[in-house]
Amino acid sequence: MWWEYVVYFVNATVLAAALRMATPLIFASMGGILSERSGIINIGLEGMMLTGAFMGMLVTFYTANPWVGLIGALLSGGVVGLVHAVATVRYKVDQVVSGTAINIFAGGFTVFMLRTVFDVAGTSPAVERIPTVAVPLLRRIPFIGDILGHQNPVVYLALILVVAVHLFLFHTVWGLRLRAVGEHPRAADTVGINVFRARYLAVIASGALAGLGGAYLSIAHLSRFGDGMTAGRGFIALAAMIFGKWTPFGALGASILFGFADAVQMRLQEVGIPRHFVLMLPYILTMVALAGFIGRATPPKSIGKPYEKE
Amino acid sequence: MRNVELQQRSLTSRNLLVPIGSVVLALLVGSIFILVVGENPLYAYRVLLVESFGSINNIAGTLQRSTPLIFTGLGVAFAFRCGLFNIGAEGQLYVGGMVAAIIGVSFGNLPGLIHLPIAVFAGMLAGGLWAAIPGILKAKLGVHEVINTIMMNFVAYYLTDFLVTGPFHGGRWAPETDRVFPTAVLERILPPSRLNTGIFLAIVALVVVYIVLWKTKTGYEIRAVGLNPSAAEYGGISVARNMVLAMVISGAVASLAGVEQVLGVHGRFIQRFSPDLGFIGIAVALLGKNHPVGVFFAAVLFGALRTGGAAMDRLTDVPRELVVIIQAMIIMFVAADELIRRLVPRRRKA
Amino acid sequence: MLGNVLEIDRITKRFPGVVANDAVSLDVEAGEIHALVGENGSGKSTLMNIVYGLYQADSGEIRLNGERVEIDDPRDAINLGLGMVFQHFMLVDTLTVAENVILRAEPQKFRFVDYRKAEQEVARLADAYGLRIDPRAKVADISVGQEQRVEILKALYRRAKVLILDEPTAVLTPQETEELFQVMRNLREQGTTIVFITHKIKEVLAISDRVSVLRRGKLVGTRSTAETGHKELAEMMVGREVLLRVEKEPAKPGAPVAEISGLYVDDQRGTAAVKDVSLKIRQGEVVGIAGVEGNGQQELVEAITGLTTARTGKVLLHGEPIQHLGPMRIKRKGISYIPEDRHKRGLILDYNVADNLILGLHTQPPFVEHRLFRSERHIAEHARKLVEEYDIRPPNPELLMYTLSGGNQQKAIVAREFSRRPEFLICSQPTRGLDIGAIEFIHREIIRQRDRGTAILLVSAELDEILSLSDTIAVMYDGKIVAVLPAQEADERRLGYLMLGGDPHLPEGDAERGVTAT
Repeated sequence: MWWEYVVYFVNATVLAAALRMATPLIFASMGGILSERSGIINIGLEGMMLTGAFMGMLVTFYTANPWVGLIGALLSGGVVGLVHAVATVRYKVDQVVSGTAINIFAGGFTVFMLRTVFDVAGTSPAVERIPTVAVPLLRRIPFIGDILGHQNPVVYLALILVVAVHLFLFHTVWGLRLRAVGEHPRAADTVGINVFRARYLAVIASGALAGLGGAYLSIAHLSRFGDGMTAGRGFIALAAMIFGKWTPFGALGASILFGFADAVQMRLQEVGIPRHFVLMLPYILTMVALAGFIGRATPPKSIGKPYEKE
Repeated sequence: MRNVELQQRSLTSRNLLVPIGSVVLALLVGSIFILVVGENPLYAYRVLLVESFGSINNIAGTLQRSTPLIFTGLGVAFAFRCGLFNIGAEGQLYVGGMVAAIIGVSFGNLPGLIHLPIAVFAGMLAGGLWAAIPGILKAKLGVHEVINTIMMNFVAYYLTDFLVTGPFHGGRWAPETDRVFPTAVLERILPPSRLNTGIFLAIVALVVVYIVLWKTKTGYEIRAVGLNPSAAEYGGISVARNMVLAMVISGAVASLAGVEQVLGVHGRFIQRFSPDLGFIGIAVALLGKNHPVGVFFAAVLFGALRTGGAAMDRLTDVPRELVVIIQAMIIMFVAADELIRRLVPRRRKA
Repeated sequence: MLGNVLEIDRITKRFPGVVANDAVSLDVEAGEIHALVGENGSGKSTLMNIVYGLYQADSGEIRLNGERVEIDDPRDAINLGLGMVFQHFMLVDTLTVAENVILRAEPQKFRFVDYRKAEQEVARLADAYGLRIDPRAKVADISVGQEQRVEILKALYRRAKVLILDEPTAVLTPQETEELFQVMRNLREQGTTIVFITHKIKEVLAISDRVSVLRRGKLVGTRSTAETGHKELAEMMVGREVLLRVEKEPAKPGAPVAEISGLYVDDQRGTAAVKDVSLKIRQGEVVGIAGVEGNGQQELVEAITGLTTARTGKVLLHGEPIQHLGPMRIKRKGISYIPEDRHKRGLILDYNVADNLILGLHTQPPFVEHRLFRSERHIAEHARKLVEEYDIRPPNPELLMYTLSGGNQQKAIVAREFSRRPEFLICSQPTRGLDIGAIEFIHREIIRQRDRGTAILLVSAELDEILSLSDTIAVMYDGKIVAVLPAQEADERRLGYLMLGGDPHLPEGDAERGVTAT
């Protein structure tokens, strides 16, 4: 029966996997939202994620504590974010160029360090990882419990983050000012908001969050770092951000959607839909969204232009 | 007349200062990484230099690695001339390479004089069309080409993954197509290096792009749109049409990198064969100031870094990824004009 | 009375090439509405930008309530009780009215924005001053007049005691203007001092207590509004200066070449900028449109030259409608255009002189061979000829355009457009920012074209220029042509009066007393 097919693809196991696949995207897209809402394009999310993945593993290796590793990833991602901020805000480097440079740098740097520290080529040695937990009451709820009740703590962290970013952007004083800076920096300047400082902080935060997303891959989902393990997730996160119209809950939805596509592609292959076309879908959908075919997705107005005080 | 000379000279020195300064600065910072590994930077860099230029074979190796970078760099540079940022060179070279491979494995009876050109042109066509999509979206709907070209990259990756593991999967176990027929091959020039006739194609491309941009009315219009779209519009130039045209040409040229790799280096399409050729092409374009002459030298520089880097990896303790790090820093420094200018003491005006 | 709340003492501000404010001193009394008037370039906006901390003066001082103050940025100004409503609104479209008003002075609970309190406060303020606005509305959805109210609320919310309004009525309908004036009276009643920047004398007479006139960076004088009138103010603003007069023969106009009829053009925001304009320009005639910038002239010219499309109405060339044609086709019809903004529209600064001289002609033989390749030879020849004929300096077509002075850049544009022997020529602010020598040169060229039989439409904010060159003068105010007169009948007094909103039907005697016709 047709609904057997549906259940084959849309069931608790698959959805739980979708959430897992979505988690790094959630972190990175939250970071992307913060940066772009301040007016700075962040193409470098991929590089920031990769750096976080590596540093998370490295710090865990030396401290034997993945939670400390997580903090290490957050800090290192923040440092990369700082580089992007200094380049684009202070030196007026083109934002796309800076992001591209960061991506290339991270790719080289992580493998360079992998070989220097561990003398291996592709994969790091195994490290401690953050184990999955079972949330006592939650996991007994039918269906929801199967999806949410038994996940890695970092996954829960991601969900909490979404709420936090939403509250930040739309209910706090800083969020209001940040949105003003991204839409109309001169207006913000004339009421006394420090545009440069706001942008610095937003971009550093975006790096830190992307770093966390990368760390999820290396020390929560798996327990090692592999060359290029982010595999384009930083770009999918950009797509999720755009598709979600630069809002936290929108990006969450998009991330889960894209995570779902990832989770389900092997099963789709079994019924004859080539998995590669499923993998293409997030990107095609994003182009469609940008073109306005499903309601216009417009970024914050000042994006891409460096701010000049007159 | 003196005025002109002074102006030209100061322009050239201004144009060279930032690129050269960026490379020097990047190498300096790179030496820090070399020290971290415990190696002597001077020794490491000497190895790099010798292994990339020190013998005919080494030079051939360098030129071979430079060839695809000339194509991607030229493509990205062309788009920049119209004010467009083509980050999609990576995807364009994949589709170009794929189409070239398909043509290459498909027609066993054609003479080389026909087979090869068809494969090459078909590859260019594919790349041009691939770039046209973001180009049209930008021209007609005002959607920024950066995101769209990035998206198209991923569609290209997965599309070619599908094709190379599916319908066009070759006889062997590896994820690659069959070998193309010898009639579609870009011949080796200087064995044992993999330098092939693609390098001549690259030189031709450089010359053609120069002619198009500076010697034709189309080039005049494209550059005008890049420099001042308002004035171009006033001058009767169609901004939208030229944007699309620029993207198509950009994609077609960039895709030749894929064509060269498939028909010249590997002889078949190997899944994900490109070591970031499209992205390094961005570096080449920026460093080369979007001019064919600059692109040539920048491509050779990056090709040398790759060749020398691989040798440095073998002969010293320095991993070849140092080269990637240096490349990234060059990009960043070139784009930060101000930074380089500050570090160089100002010369007083004559 | 209550004394001076704001004293501006010998403020001087220089920008490269121009002295925007030249030792300007003026006083604003507490609780008054003080109008600051002048033409474009008179320095009135610059002066107030300095007071608000956006620019720093080169010398001079500012005193508030008798005490000297340093205002380094808008934050200082706001803290001192100054508020400014800009001509170009500083509002964030995607945020609500309330959010825009409270930005950076938000009512909070532990750094969470207290939206309820914000909306209440904004509503209260709006009520107190008679400003009708919905605090919850998104700025993107409200009208321009309402946006202005939001800007005023922003200042009031920050407890501004001195409110500076920069050309507030430029974007308002007559009704909205009347509403604004009522708000201003309310504010004055509540003790707020208002500085009101404008170039419209009618408004000055309607609402202000005193008025200060600036001209070319200097203060001309301050008057009590009740004791002055339209005539005097116009004279002070426009001035009697040494006129540049071009030697010329009387015109011999022929048949009409271009005819504009019933043209309505909208500006970028969608508001009507050109309202029912009709005009005829004959062969061998210069029709000058006099008017302060911003009264629709730019939109009119862009509609004629194909850069924008008119909402309705016709532009006819020899009887043939051309209002729908794009810039390239307009050129091919024999129409040339000297654009107002030479850097934005007229030139590609990074191209050399020769390449700029063929802009617009670059697709046609002889500059193109075999339909594709540039003919360097012909391009160079063309450039050489024009450089010599129009005395462009330095006389080297290989030089990049940005190295040339403003005057020579403009000469290049003139050379390019005039040498095409157009039938109909439109010149918009052709001598803005140029030195005397360049101005005289271009004026002579315009007359030369006229004598060749070209129909010329001249748009200029420089009254001298209009009077010197035109055979027929049309005055444009608020998007309409308010008067058309032969040049012999015009003098700068009458033109100034009309340009600044004077009623064309009133005899000047009544106008002096500020009487307006209903």
